Amino acid sequence: MARIVVITSGKGGVGKTTTSAALATGLAMEGHRTAVIDFDVGLRNLDLIMGCERRVVYDFVNVINGDANLRQALIKDKRTENLFILPASQTRDKDALTEEGVEKVLDELSQEFDYIICDSPAGIERGALMAAYFADAAIVVTNPEVSSVRDSDRMLGILSSKTRVAERGEGPLPAKLLLTRYSPERVEKGEMLSVDDVTEILSIEMLGVIPESQSVLNASNAGMPVILDAESDAGQAYRDAVARFLGEDRPHRFLTTQKKGLFGRLFKG
Amino acid sequence: MKGIFNYFRSPRQGSAKVAKERLQVIVARERSHRSGPDYLPALHRELLEVIRKYVQVGDEAVQMSLENQGDCEILEVNITLSEPERQV
Repeated sequence: MARIVVITSGKGGVGKTTTSAALATGLAMEGHRTAVIDFDVGLRNLDLIMGCERRVVYDFVNVINGDANLRQALIKDKRTENLFILPASQTRDKDALTEEGVEKVLDELSQEFDYIICDSPAGIERGALMAAYFADAAIVVTNPEVSSVRDSDRMLGILSSKTRVAERGEGPLPAKLLLTRYSPERVEKGEMLSVDDVTEILSIEMLGVIPESQSVLNASNAGMPVILDAESDAGQAYRDAVARFLGEDRPHRFLTTQKKGLFGRLFKG
Repeated sequence: MKGIFNYFRSPRQGSAKVAKERLQVIVARERSHRSGPDYLPALHRELLEVIRKYVQVGDEAVQMSLENQGDCEILEVNITLSEPERQV
């Protein structure tokens, strides 16, 4: 029986797909059989971030409609063992994701996989609700910025009521926060909300803090999940987050700037 | 000399503090709306419509809050009328 995890946020452009790719790859690297599904019907992008865009033949909606079976649609990742991608459809039909269809695909995947990562589209429309509905856990991706934090709170409200777990009366969906594009320099200048600020406002546990990093764009340019860039700060922060997700207790890194000497400080001032 | 060091050191009063305060207010407000029963927004709207038949008021004139005390719920409705313009 697989554990289904939704990566969601409300607001767009905060790093859901980057996080889905990193988390799925990280779990697969740890030996867990992992499938990652793009729920963004009409705006397929996970394939680009994973670098498998030229190998897409069938998609999620094809499987739901019975035009293809899962075996045909799942793309086996070339870099990482145990990792499979189910791309989104490019159809503009918003009703393509039916509840029955999504449930059937997730049930079938559950037979073979340990983890199913659902990459949610932005917003709170059907695609986002479907990505979250069957989840056993949620990771809410947030930037330290007012609109993103507010939307995350809205999304947390939805997760606590409009999911199967919640409707069955099994309590709110367990959710953790992943703070991305974090800039310790700007936090220290008082220009950016800190980890503590965001934790306090949303009163939710922090799974990880990913620093603002050039390596994220480099990785997406290359079609390689940033977690594979073991040299980069963002890649290392994602590895920490995966370890915490799997129950390991790791301190958060990259939260402070490198202390500058007197010269650095004088020249900066 | 100390003054110079303080100048370089002093944390600039940043915008993050304002962001945090604004978020705390709006998040608290939106949470209280969410946790309330579904009919609250409609009740709020209709109350405003009724009041506006008699007095011109803004959207903020009707404030509602729902509290749980023991095993009963208390709906508190506050209607604020602006100061009537003084007759000359």
